[in-house]
Amino acid sequence: MYKIIKKEKLTEDIDRFYIKAPLIAEKAKPGQFAVIRINEEGERIPLTIADYDRKNGTISLVSMRVGKTTTLLSGLKQGDSIQDVVGPLGNASEIKNFGKVICIGGGVGIAPVFPITRELKRAGNYIISIIGARSKNLLILKEEMENVSDELYICSDDGSTGYHGFVSGFLKEYLDKDLSGNKDKETSIARVIAIGPAQMMAAVAEVTRSSCIKTIVSLNSVMVDGTGMCGACRVEVNGKTKFVCVDGPEFDAHQVNFNLLLSRQKIYCDDEGVCFDLYKHKCRLPQ
Amino acid sequence: MAKGISKKELKKEKIPRVAMPEQDPEKRSGNFNEVTLGYTEEDALREASRCIQCKNPKCIKGCPVEIDIKEFIKLIREKKFDEALEKIREKNGLPAICGRVCPQEDQCEKECILGIKDDPVAIGRLERYVADREMRHIAEGIKKCAWSKVTKKCTKEKVAVIGSGPAGLVCAAELAKMGYRATIFEALHKPGGVLVYGIPEFRLPKEIVLKEIEYVKSLGVKIEVNMVIGKILTIDDLFKNGFKAIFVSTGAGLPYFMGIPGENLNGVYSANEYLTRSNLMKAYKFPECDTPIVKGLRVAVIGGGNVALDSARTAKRLGAEKVYLIYRRSEEEMPARDEEIEHAREEGIEFQLLANPVEIAGRNGWVNKIRCIRMKLGEPDDSGRRRPVPIEGSEFEIEIDVAVMAIGQGPNPLLASSVPDLNLTRWGNIKAEAVTGKTNIRGVFAGGDIVTGAATVILAMGAGKSAAAAIDEYIRTGIW
Ligand SMILES: Cc1cc2nc3c(=O)[nH]c(=O)nc-3n(C[C@H](O)[C@H](O)[C@H](O)COP(=O)(O)OP(=O)(O)OC[C@H]3O[C@@H](n4cnc5c(N)ncnc54)[C@H](O)[C@@H]3O)c2cc1C
Ligand SMILES: Cc1cc2nc3c(=O)[nH]c(=O)nc-3n(C[C@H](O)[C@H](O)[C@H](O)COP(=O)(O)OP(=O)(O)OC[C@H]3O[C@@H](n4cnc5c(N)ncnc54)[C@H](O)[C@@H]3O)c2cc1C
Ligand code: SF4
Ligand code: SF4
Ligand code: FES
Repeated sequence: MYKIIKKEKLTEDIDRFYIKAPLIAEKAKPGQFAVIRINEEGERIPLTIADYDRKNGTISLVSMRVGKTTTLLSGLKQGDSIQDVVGPLGNASEIKNFGKVICIGGGVGIAPVFPITRELKRAGNYIISIIGARSKNLLILKEEMENVSDELYICSDDGSTGYHGFVSGFLKEYLDKDLSGNKDKETSIARVIAIGPAQMMAAVAEVTRSSCIKTIVSLNSVMVDGTGMCGACRVEVNGKTKFVCVDGPEFDAHQVNFNLLLSRQKIYCDDEGVCFDLYKHKCRLPQ
Repeated sequence: MAKGISKKELKKEKIPRVAMPEQDPEKRSGNFNEVTLGYTEEDALREASRCIQCKNPKCIKGCPVEIDIKEFIKLIREKKFDEALEKIREKNGLPAICGRVCPQEDQCEKECILGIKDDPVAIGRLERYVADREMRHIAEGIKKCAWSKVTKKCTKEKVAVIGSGPAGLVCAAELAKMGYRATIFEALHKPGGVLVYGIPEFRLPKEIVLKEIEYVKSLGVKIEVNMVIGKILTIDDLFKNGFKAIFVSTGAGLPYFMGIPGENLNGVYSANEYLTRSNLMKAYKFPECDTPIVKGLRVAVIGGGNVALDSARTAKRLGAEKVYLIYRRSEEEMPARDEEIEHAREEGIEFQLLANPVEIAGRNGWVNKIRCIRMKLGEPDDSGRRRPVPIEGSEFEIEIDVAVMAIGQGPNPLLASSVPDLNLTRWGNIKAEAVTGKTNIRGVFAGGDIVTGAATVILAMGAGKSAAAAIDEYIRTGIW
C-alpha cells in the first residue's frame, strides 16, 4: 500500500497527489512514469511521475479525471492509500545543454513537462515555455513553469487567458516571427519538447517538421503491465513497431504515426463507458 | 510363467486407466471454472492399483525432478496419502500445479512400462489428487496446516530472487529450507509469473497457485511485488544492499508478432496481453472488475502451443461464437499438450491447420479479416519437424473481430539491458551454466525460461532447485 501524504486540487478535474514511495523517489528521473492500481478490482493505469522528493521519499502524480480509475483516484483523500504503485518505468528524458529549448505542455500534459523543463533549465538551457489549456481556470502549474522558464507563454482555446488558440498555433507564430522582437524569424531553437493530448502533439510535430527542429513527444498509449510484456502500448515509429513503456515514452515526433496512436487510444472507449456508468450508477454519482 | 509377480501384473493391466471427471464441454465453454474435476479417493485407489511397482521404474527418469513415483503410488495404495504427498514434496514443492499442467505424456507417463501395451499410469492425476486432498482437508479443518511446522526464521545470508514464476518460487523455497534469507522481487502486483498471468483459471485455478505461494512464504521467503528490477533497483544495488547472491528468473515475457501488415489494428492482441487482461486483471468479470477486453464474436488465434490453445479457449469463454485456431503445421506437430488439444476440440474450437496468416485487414482502424495461405509440409528443419511451405495461389480469408497472436515469446530485455556486462545468447537469453545456473557475473545465477526460452513449469522448477544448491555452495565456499 502506498500512502497519500498530501492532495491538492489544481483545477476542478485535476488533482496532485504526493505519495510515499521512497524507493521510487530515489530512482525517478524526469520523463519516467508509474503504473498504479487503486484496489483489488482496479485497472492498471500509467501516470507520469510529475515530481519526486528524494529527501522526503515522496513522488507526486497529477491526474485528470477522465474515466473510472481517475475518478476513483480523485475520490481518495490525504491519508488514504493506493494499493499498487510501480515505477519508475520507461526511459528518462535526455537532459543536457542543447542551447535554446521550447517546452510545450497542453492540459494535464503540463505536469509531466514541468520536471523536464526544470532539469533542462538546470543543465543551462535557455527555456521558452508554452503552456495551454481549454480555459483559464483549467490551466495548471503556471507559477512552477514560470520559475524554470526564461520566457513563458500562455494559451487558451477560448481566449480567456493569454494567446487565443492552441499551443501549436502559438508555436507557429512564434517560429515565424520571433515574438521577443529581436529578429524576424526564430532559427536558433535546438529542440522542442511537447507533451499533451495526442492531437496536440501531432499538431506540434506538423509545425516543426518544415523547419526541421528536433521535436520530442511523450506518447500516452493504452498500457497494462508497463514492462514490455504485453504489447498493448505498441505504436509505430519510423515504420517500426515500438513499445511505449520500454522503448519510450519519448520519441522523435516526426517519426510517430499519430493516426495509429489516436486510433489505438479508442480501443476501449465503449467498454470504459460501460464500466464507468455502472460505477456511477452504484455510487449515485451525477451522470 | 516368468518371475513371481507377473501373474498379479497381468491381472492389474486389465484395469483400464481411470478417466478424469470433467465438466461437460458445452457447459464449461461458458464458464471459467476448472475443466477437470479431479479424482475421487476411489478413482485414485483404483488408478494407483494399476501400477505394477516395477523393479526398474522407468517413470522416475521421465520426471525432470525425479520424483520417487513408484514409492508415492505405493503409499497411495496403502491409503497413506499424507506420506505420499511428503514423498512428492521431497522433490517437488508445487505438486498441485505440476499434477495439472506438466506435459506428462512427454515425461513421466511416456516412460511408464504400462504404456508399452496399455495406457500408462495416470501419474499426474495421482500427484494432483494427494495435493488437492491436503488442501481440502486443511480448508475443512480436518488437518492442521502442515506448513506451520516448517515455518522458521531464516538467519543465514541474504539472497535475492528476481521473478516469482515457478523457477523463482522453487529457488527461494529451497534456499529458505537451507536457512537463507531469500527475498523474491516481482514486477507485477501478484506473484506467480505465468502461473498467474498466463495459464487460465479453467486450467489452473488461481486459488491453488495462491496456496502454493503461501506455502513458499511459510518457509520464510519474503515476496516483494511491484518491484521492476533494472528500474527501481539494479543488480548492483542488490549486492550493495547486502544480498550475497542473485538468482535471475525473469521468464520469457516478450511477445512476438509476425511482422505482417495489419498487426497493430485495434482488436489484434498478443497472447500475453489477451491472457493477462483475462487472468491477472480478471477482464472476464468486466465490468465488475475494471479492466476491459475486446470480446469478438469471431476470433482467430494464431499458433499451436499451449499459449494458443489457452487463448482460443479463453475467447470461447468470453462469448465468441466462432474461434479459429490457425496453425501452420499439422496437428501432429502441435506443441500443445494432447489433453488440451482434445479439450479444445470438445469445446468447439475450429482448427485451421496447415494455414498461415499473410495479412490482417481492417476497416476504420479495426480488424475485420485475416488473410491466410495454405501450407504443406516439406523437409524436416533444425527442430526435426517438417518445415511448412506455402502453397502458391491458395490464399483464403476469414472474417474476424479479434485476432490473437500466440506465435511465441522471447526473453524480456528489461533486466538484461540494465546489466551491460551480462552475457546473452544472440536471441537475448541469459547464458548460464547447465545445472548450477552460473552466469558470467560473479554471484549472479539464472534459470527457467530466461535461460532456456519458453519451456515448461517443471523444467523451470528444476532449474530453480539446482541453482539453489549451487548458490548454497557458492556462499559457503566463496568459490565461483
Ligand atoms: C506514459 C503515460 C503517462 C501518462 N501520464 C498521465 C498523467 O500524468 N496524468 C494524467 O492525468 N494522465 C496521464 N496519462 C493518461 C492516463 O493513463 C489515462 O487518463 C488513464 O488511463 C485513464 O483511465 P480511466 O480509467 O480514468 O479512464 P478510462 O475510462 O479508462 O478512459 C477514458 C478515456 O481516456 C483515454 N485513455 C484510456 N486509457 C488511456 C491511456 N493509458 N492513456 C491515454 N488515454 C487513455 C481513452 O480515450 C478513454 O476512452 C498517461 C498515459 C501514459 C501512457
Ligand atoms: C499461456 C501459457 C500456458 C502455458 N502452459 C503450460 C503448461 O500447460 N505446462 C507447462 O509445463 N508449461 C506451460 N507454459 C510454460 C510455463 O508457464 C513456463 O515455462 C514457466 O512459467 C517458466 O517459469 P519461469 O519461472 O522461468 O518464468 P515466468 O513464469 O515467466 O515468471 C517470470 C516472472 O518474472 C517477472 N519479471 C520479469 N522481469 C522482471 C524484472 N525485471 N523484475 C522483477 N520481476 C520480473 C515476471 O513478471 C514474472 O512474474 C505455459 C506458458 C504460457 C505463457
Ligand atoms: S512433476 Fe510432472 S513429470 Fe514429474 S511426476 Fe509429476 S507430473 Fe510427472
Ligand atoms: S513405470 Fe509405471 S508401472 Fe512402473 S512403477 Fe512407474 S508408474 Fe508404476
Ligand atoms: S504496457 Fe505492456 S508492453 Fe507496454
